[in-house]
Amino acid sequence: MPALDKDKRHLYRLAVLFAAGILAFLGLRAVMVPKGFGRYGFFRAGALTDIRSLPISYAGRAACADCHSDIVDMRKGSLHAQIGCEACHGPLEAHAAAPDTTKPRLPNGRALCLGCHLENVAKPASFPQVDPKEHGDAGPCTSCHNPHHPEIS
Amino acid sequence: MAVDRRIFLQETGKFLILTGVASVAFEHVLAGTAEAAENYHLTDHWWAMAIDIDKCIGCGGCVRACKAENHVPLEPFYFRTWVERYHVKPEDMEHPEVDSPDGGYDGFPERYAQGDGTKNFFVPKLCNHCAHSPCVQVCPVGATFESPDGVVLVDKSYCLGCRYCVQACPYGCRFIDPRTNTVDKCTLCYHRITKGLTTACCEVCPMGARRLGDLKDPKDPIHAFLRDHKIQVLKPQMATGAKVYYNDLDGSVR
Amino acid sequence: MEAILHGVQGYMYPNELELQWSILIVLYPFITGLVAGAFILASLERVFKVEAVKPTYRLALLTALAFLIVAPLPLQMHLGHPERAFEMFLTPHTTSAMAMFGFVYLWYLMAVLVVEIWLEYRKDIVLAWRGSRGARRLFYGILALGSDNISPRALAIDEKVGKAVTIVGIPSAFLLHGYVGFIFGSVKANPWWSSPLMPVVFLFSAMVSGIALVLLMYVFFSWLRRTAVDMLCLDTVAKYLLYAFLIDFSLEMLDLVHRIYEADESFRALDFMVHTRLYVSQIVIQIYIGTLVPLGLLALTQFARFGEKARKGIYTFAACLTLVGIFAMRWNVVIGGQLFSKSFLGYTTYKMGFATREGLLPAIVLMILPFVLLWGLLKLLPPWEKEGAAEVQPLA
Repeated sequence: MPALDKDKRHLYRLAVLFAAGILAFLGLRAVMVPKGFGRYGFFRAGALTDIRSLPISYAGRAACADCHSDIVDMRKGSLHAQIGCEACHGPLEAHAAAPDTTKPRLPNGRALCLGCHLENVAKPASFPQVDPKEHGDAGPCTSCHNPHHPEIS
Repeated sequence: MAVDRRIFLQETGKFLILTGVASVAFEHVLAGTAEAAENYHLTDHWWAMAIDIDKCIGCGGCVRACKAENHVPLEPFYFRTWVERYHVKPEDMEHPEVDSPDGGYDGFPERYAQGDGTKNFFVPKLCNHCAHSPCVQVCPVGATFESPDGVVLVDKSYCLGCRYCVQACPYGCRFIDPRTNTVDKCTLCYHRITKGLTTACCEVCPMGARRLGDLKDPKDPIHAFLRDHKIQVLKPQMATGAKVYYNDLDGSVR
Repeated sequence: MEAILHGVQGYMYPNELELQWSILIVLYPFITGLVAGAFILASLERVFKVEAVKPTYRLALLTALAFLIVAPLPLQMHLGHPERAFEMFLTPHTTSAMAMFGFVYLWYLMAVLVVEIWLEYRKDIVLAWRGSRGARRLFYGILALGSDNISPRALAIDEKVGKAVTIVGIPSAFLLHGYVGFIFGSVKANPWWSSPLMPVVFLFSAMVSGIALVLLMYVFFSWLRRTAVDMLCLDTVAKYLLYAFLIDFSLEMLDLVHRIYEADESFRALDFMVHTRLYVSQIVIQIYIGTLVPLGLLALTQFARFGEKARKGIYTFAACLTLVGIFAMRWNVVIGGQLFSKSFLGYTTYKMGFATREGLLPAIVLMILPFVLLWGLLKLLPPWEKEGAAEVQPLA
């Protein structure tokens, strides 16, 4: 092995220092990159599982129908038939998971109805809208309309 | 006969639900231990959403449901989905008047008069789950990504909070969650759709104006929706491969 | 936060009300620009043999180093999770302009600036090692990497390697700041930023600001040390400042003219913004006070004859205004780019905190910090010739 040029010795030392730095970085990187990174793409594969395992709040109408088939039957053929139960009754996964201990609250009828049916020029013209000052007698909407089958026959 | 069938259906239903619950519970047990209990195949789905502007009544149900389901901060600066109201003068289509009080959370108090010659409508907005997402492109560390089933997600345990993705989103769909200091956005209710449920916003939309669709499922009605209507995405000039498809999107919508 | 709602005009997407990038992100391109500019000025002497600017060479290098060390701090402070910053090195996303920063920065800091300074100062370091005792001796010994070889041949080799490093350093300096421009220029969602000219404009404005800073530092330290200013040097630096500034201003005007002439869908919104919320910072401070006045003053010195004292005064004043103008330019890019809605239908305001994490106070501290570092560097590695301290003592 030829002797190293002694006038370049300081440069060799600098090079060794840099090489050591780069090696240390590569070593750190090998240890610190999260497990599963890159399995499905440029992300941590575990992130998919993390997000999937978040709890749900809305049980979905299928869960409601399991027990409340009477309501499903009542809604058949009405304009409200396709509305999800939780659109009016709120998130009910807790109730679906423990029907006896967690009870849903009865929605506030008038405010709820007007949430959709109050007149607004931006709403599609075909959608049934009311001016509560002119429509009905200021009483609860449910005295005339059954929310599960609102048509008055 | 009819009774038999009903009992059969009830029993099957119970069985299916029980196994469903069991498998979900089993998944919870295995959560974190990777995809061992996979009954959902990433490559079998390609999620999208169809929005029918003609049906939206601006009730804000989607906004409320989204915030409840996903624990989005209630302040009026953080929305995974929101609804806009457009007020367009036909003679000045390029400059519509738009508002979205609290994102439409409590609906829209009437502002405009009937018959003043203007065009008024609501536009629900959410992450477009772009196939070529500018936000994913700019994330320096791979903390936000397009999942193999077509949903743009955020790995909140990996996000730096550099906010570059917020700048890169042309639609304003991202925000920084003040509780975690990481970015937050619509996940298309990934925790629901991978369990066979629909998104919270679709679940509660009384008009069926928003519908989740799986483009890889040939039986999904979204195919008919896309075929039978005049469809547009938001800001097509951005070429983001947006997958929220609007029926009857007015040219004035930004 | 509710106060923001009062500053909103027209329609913003609801998530847009709050500005994402604060004054700290204004500092980031400002500081990296100073680094790149100072380095490019230094390389004039080394690579292009502009002997006249030699008195500023070492000062420019140390200034660049002091500012470069501070450059990542505003970014770091701005992150929602500063402790995760290392992820940029672990999983750098190749499609992200920002992911490059860590690598470009490290490359520029370690492979270019530190090595160049080390080679330049090696003789001084070895001499200081020989001539000191105790902790100082240990410090300089480590800095010399335990090698005290300053034979003429070794120094000649250093000179050659140093030149090679500078040659690599010039494109690196271009890369460092051009790429900062690319971070903004590549955001297609934002028409205020999205422009292929952005990296070029950033580069030339970086040179302008860096040259102005070194000029000021040179004048300041000459005054502080009561040494005479080398007027040939100062005239030359000022001339380069003028040239760089002319190119920078032409590019910015080209961008402006292009935008006005094309008048695309975003124009109305941006034009309105420039005439209202950005009027003071963009038109008055950036263009009038920060560009036209210093340009005019510098041009004047090229045509009219002034005495040395007057020239020194004019240069200093022009350089100060230049720095103000370039800072305003960074502000208008970063903050201005977030004041309008991507719907082009509305505008928000920037509410700067004071003693908050991203407020004015940390910004001021971060702007003072490089000068403190520079002061320390000047103590450790004095850039000027020591009077009477040149005798070489043998290593005991």
